[in-house]
Amino acid sequence: MDVKSMHFLRNARKALADPTLRQALRRTEAKFVQGRAEALRELDDPAAVRAHATAIRDEVLARLDAWLEHFEAQATARGATVHWAEDAADVQRIVIDIARRHGVRKAVKSKSMVSEEVALNEALEAAGIQVVESDLGEYILQLAHEPPSHIVAPVLHKTRDEIADLFAAHHHQPRQTDIAGLTRQARDVLRPHFLSADMGITGANFLIAETGSVLIVTNEGNGRLATTLPRVHVAITGIEKVVPTLEDAATLLRLLPRSATGQSITNYVSLLTGVRGVHERDGPEHFHIILLDNGRSRLAGTALAPILRCIRCGACMNHCPVYQSVGGHAYGWVYPGPMGAILTPAYAGLERASPLPDASTLCGRCAQVCPVDIPLPDLLRALRRAEHQALLRPRRERLLLWLWRGLACHPRLYHGLAALGVRLLAALAGRRGRLSRLPGAGAWTAGRDLPAPAGRTFHELYHRGRRP
Amino acid sequence: MRVGLFVTCLVDLMRPSVGFAALRLLEAAGLRVVVPRDQTCCGQPAYNAGDDDGARRLVLRWAAAFADCDYVVVPSGSCAGMLRVHAPRLFDPVSREGREVAALAARTWELTAFLVEVARLERPPGSYHGRIAYHDACSGLRELGVKSQPRQLLQKLPGLSLCELPGAEACCGFGGTFSVKFPDISVRLADDKCEAIRASGADAVVAGDVGCLLHIEGRLRRRGDQATRVFHVAEVLAGTQGEGPWT
Repeated sequence: MDVKSMHFLRNARKALADPTLRQALRRTEAKFVQGRAEALRELDDPAAVRAHATAIRDEVLARLDAWLEHFEAQATARGATVHWAEDAADVQRIVIDIARRHGVRKAVKSKSMVSEEVALNEALEAAGIQVVESDLGEYILQLAHEPPSHIVAPVLHKTRDEIADLFAAHHHQPRQTDIAGLTRQARDVLRPHFLSADMGITGANFLIAETGSVLIVTNEGNGRLATTLPRVHVAITGIEKVVPTLEDAATLLRLLPRSATGQSITNYVSLLTGVRGVHERDGPEHFHIILLDNGRSRLAGTALAPILRCIRCGACMNHCPVYQSVGGHAYGWVYPGPMGAILTPAYAGLERASPLPDASTLCGRCAQVCPVDIPLPDLLRALRRAEHQALLRPRRERLLLWLWRGLACHPRLYHGLAALGVRLLAALAGRRGRLSRLPGAGAWTAGRDLPAPAGRTFHELYHRGRRP
Repeated sequence: MRVGLFVTCLVDLMRPSVGFAALRLLEAAGLRVVVPRDQTCCGQPAYNAGDDDGARRLVLRWAAAFADCDYVVVPSGSCAGMLRVHAPRLFDPVSREGREVAALAARTWELTAFLVEVARLERPPGSYHGRIAYHDACSGLRELGVKSQPRQLLQKLPGLSLCELPGAEACCGFGGTFSVKFPDISVRLADDKCEAIRASGADAVVAGDVGCLLHIEGRLRRRGDQATRVFHVAEVLAGTQGEGPWT
């Protein structure tokens, strides 16, 4: 998927002007924020579970190579094949190879953000393999030729009416607008695809090292169909998703659905271990697990390393004032919101994603709700540090920072100029007490007045003994 | 006990009355307050822009200016958060500078938290007739746990009725330089805050950070709301709200 993050400002403006998007964001924000809070209250000691979950993730990441090898050995022993992919092109090549080897003509997919990250659908289609998204949201987006705007609720930016139009155009059935009817239509269309597909493609929420299993959580059951009906199952995920034991996965599962959608547990939790056994009737004949690096291992040992703990719940974006104002598409790549503002520069390159780390008020709500305690504002600051060092911010901004910093380091000069400045501003404001326009400060005054300063600085008044 | 008042840039430039209100409150608690002349900025704009070197230089100036104080009190959750939480991270913790900054950071307080937890101010001198809504500015709330302290103090004022702002913990959209780097998003968030203020039925909105207040007031006025008053919590507690500029 192309990186369009450098156009954040323009895309954000467009999003702000879209009343439908605003309505959709408000609706889901209310649902997710409240849902999360209520679901977490079910736990006896949410803070302890969170600390435990964080420790599990940290322990794995500290010895990621060893845990991955352990996972590979266990998965291989149960008949799966593990592939290592350096980047997007590797994943595309590996999946196409597998498809060719098994004569695959059609693949059904369960929702996977990593497959978006590596632009898998486009690559498979170019290789002549039909791809059908089977998650309802992803299916809608495939029809609309749009990327997801949220990692958990990919189609939250679309209204029911828009979906009704889309289905009417593609399904050649009478247009209907009730959710149950629309879902039934999609189900009717998707069912034959599950039965005729040769390959099922999924992501993985966790990889369990002790058993070599792939764990996926879904709500629609499409994940079950995609992993049991086709002959070949390909699971694609990032190398950071491994956890040591089933017990550890259970701990993380206490937080993942609660943090994501406010559910105590998802409708389906699938634990996929090995290929179909000799006396078994279900499961794929061939099970391939592709582990993607794509910049992840590069983060180990850096200031950004804590982002590798991420379990993709989306709580950070659900609670982010910026995401909730502009939606996911404005972020311009696969991952939006606070976690996306870190992953996009980390995986796609800072120079291609430069405005994202700055597009945050650093209000800290994301870090407060993160189930694995990722200090997201600190990571955004780390990226800003890298931007600063690489001179990636606009020249005017850097010049102003440099001037201000020089001034603030010279108190006498600073206080003298400050005294002059506030006199000038107060005079410009006059008796009205505020400024609606100010040369050079259009970014402030375009949408806000500037309450006028008192005309004398505190230090001027205080040190001259003019105390009230 | 020697208490140093760190005035903050925005109070110094835009709203000196907040500094005088803070002085009055600290003195009402029976404290001797000094205002070091050499103070300028806490370094937060540099820190949040990724300019750690600039931030370090300003933090060292701050540490030198307040070195002989038993406490540093700041009428801003955001500047206090910068000094208390972030400033020590800029230095090697075992270096002399690092130890000095960390020690001073541990003695640095946001004004209302200090008044409640250290100075134990029982009777704030102010009074207020009307309904006010308190907005929890983000840094104070999430970095320093400033939540109950301003409310406790406000509730002691005769005549004041405190109403809860819907979404009081949601960011107002100021975010320091964010407000001018992403003005459209910043203003959208201010709009949400303005709606919440209106829904609360309060006649004044109060917060502990002048940055947020300038942003909220600026947007209220631009939207045509000339009635809702906007105060720093120190002004209300000291009873100096509406006394106008100190000239």
